[in-house]
Amino acid sequence: MINMIRVEKIYKSFEDTEVLKGISTVFEKGKTNLIIGRSGAGKTVMLKILVGLLEPTKGTIWYDETDFTNLNKKQMRAIRLDIGMLFQGSALFDSMTVEENIRFALDMFTKMTPKEKLHRVNEVLDRVELEGSNQKYPSEISGGMQKRVGIARAIVMKPKYLFCDEPNSGLDPKTAILIDKLIRDITYDQNITTVINTHDMNSVMEIGDQILLLHQGKKAWEGNKDEVLESDNELIQDFIFASPFLRKLRAKAMR
Amino acid sequence: MMMKQGIARPENARMYIKETVRQMYDIGVGSLTIVVLIAVFMGAVAALQFAYQLGGQTIPMYYIGYIVRDFAIIEAAPTITCLVLAGKVGSNIAAELGGMRQKEHLDAMEIMGVNTASYMIMPRVVAAILVIPALVVVAAAIAIVGGYVAVVPTGYLMHEEYIRGIRVFFEQYNVFIMFVKAVVFAFILTTIPAYQGYYVKGGSIELGKASTNAVVLSDILILLADYLVAVLLTN
Repeated sequence: MINMIRVEKIYKSFEDTEVLKGISTVFEKGKTNLIIGRSGAGKTVMLKILVGLLEPTKGTIWYDETDFTNLNKKQMRAIRLDIGMLFQGSALFDSMTVEENIRFALDMFTKMTPKEKLHRVNEVLDRVELEGSNQKYPSEISGGMQKRVGIARAIVMKPKYLFCDEPNSGLDPKTAILIDKLIRDITYDQNITTVINTHDMNSVMEIGDQILLLHQGKKAWEGNKDEVLESDNELIQDFIFASPFLRKLRAKAMR
Repeated sequence: MMMKQGIARPENARMYIKETVRQMYDIGVGSLTIVVLIAVFMGAVAALQFAYQLGGQTIPMYYIGYIVRDFAIIEAAPTITCLVLAGKVGSNIAAELGGMRQKEHLDAMEIMGVNTASYMIMPRVVAAILVIPALVVVAAAIAIVGGYVAVVPTGYLMHEEYIRGIRVFFEQYNVFIMFVKAVVFAFILTTIPAYQGYYVKGGSIELGKASTNAVVLSDILILLADYLVAVLLTN
């Protein structure tokens, strides 16, 4: 399969603390692959290892046939041109306008004319439903809009892999669902491999094509959103139905 | 390691040049007021104190102009200006890069494929090396004017005496020393803060410490380099 990410027995330790303990999984193309788990389960470390911001202590990550964990800096930068990432806090450059933020990678890595760049920026802004926001600064737009600009910036280079770190954090439920749907639609439309790090239950049930549950640094469960409800795995059930309200609802439904 | 990555081949030379020009403007124009202000007083105080020390002695008074000129060119303009710039420009670089590290801006650029050690540091270092010598020249000139303002209108010495003083015993080599110092100090006051900011970890307290360390270390290294340059170039 093309544009698949294969993770083989990844370990990560910080001094004496082992954060990831032998995680193996596959993130498939054209699917929204979710990494879920409680705070401290190792989700963020896993995502940072996947994009090369952290090095694993042991194990291998394959981007198709390329061993991502054995690349030098130059080779890694080349593969990163195929990667887009949405950060938890959006990580938009404060001193640049929305247009400049999105155009940054185009300016740095392409030989497009200014007209072509503007066309591409407007294309992705339309895609995230922010047309006309070109000249606004990040401080002038809401958190939800910042996330959408972050998505626009992540997809402007037409990546093969999209990574999203807590895309819904700090957003109201309705905006969170809009962001989820946007990420899912982009994944399907562009047939890319999307990996989302989340602990949002709505995301799990809405867009969880493939779900990996981490618990204390280990893979605790793997499946899709339909299998979540049917699974008898205690950890996934505890995680999904952590709220007493949801537990009551489930009990009612089962009666 | 940072320097090794920092001098890597740019991904896009135009972007680096654009960033360098922006940094040149920020460092140059942004520091001009403080540099002029310091230089005026530096020259004025030097002239007044030399006038006080020479008063009543057999040394001709026009020597005040000569001493102020060489003091400004060899020592005061490069060293004092760069110590001040380490505070202004250095703390700014450390805080800016540290803030970008903490807000994941540097990570965002890395993910795009940008060599951040190069793109965020090299333009600042190059800009400083190009602009700071020019600021030092301005500081030296203004210091000499400051000296004039302090001693001529106040009657310590005549206009002609001061002008004669700044014209006699002129050594071009001293200007060379000034430029060497300016370039060395510019390198120090950008790379040390860049390192402190680029590798900052933690929150706002650590960022504050990084900024303070950047200034303190830069100042110490500037003074050490001042001594070494003096030993190497004046012996």
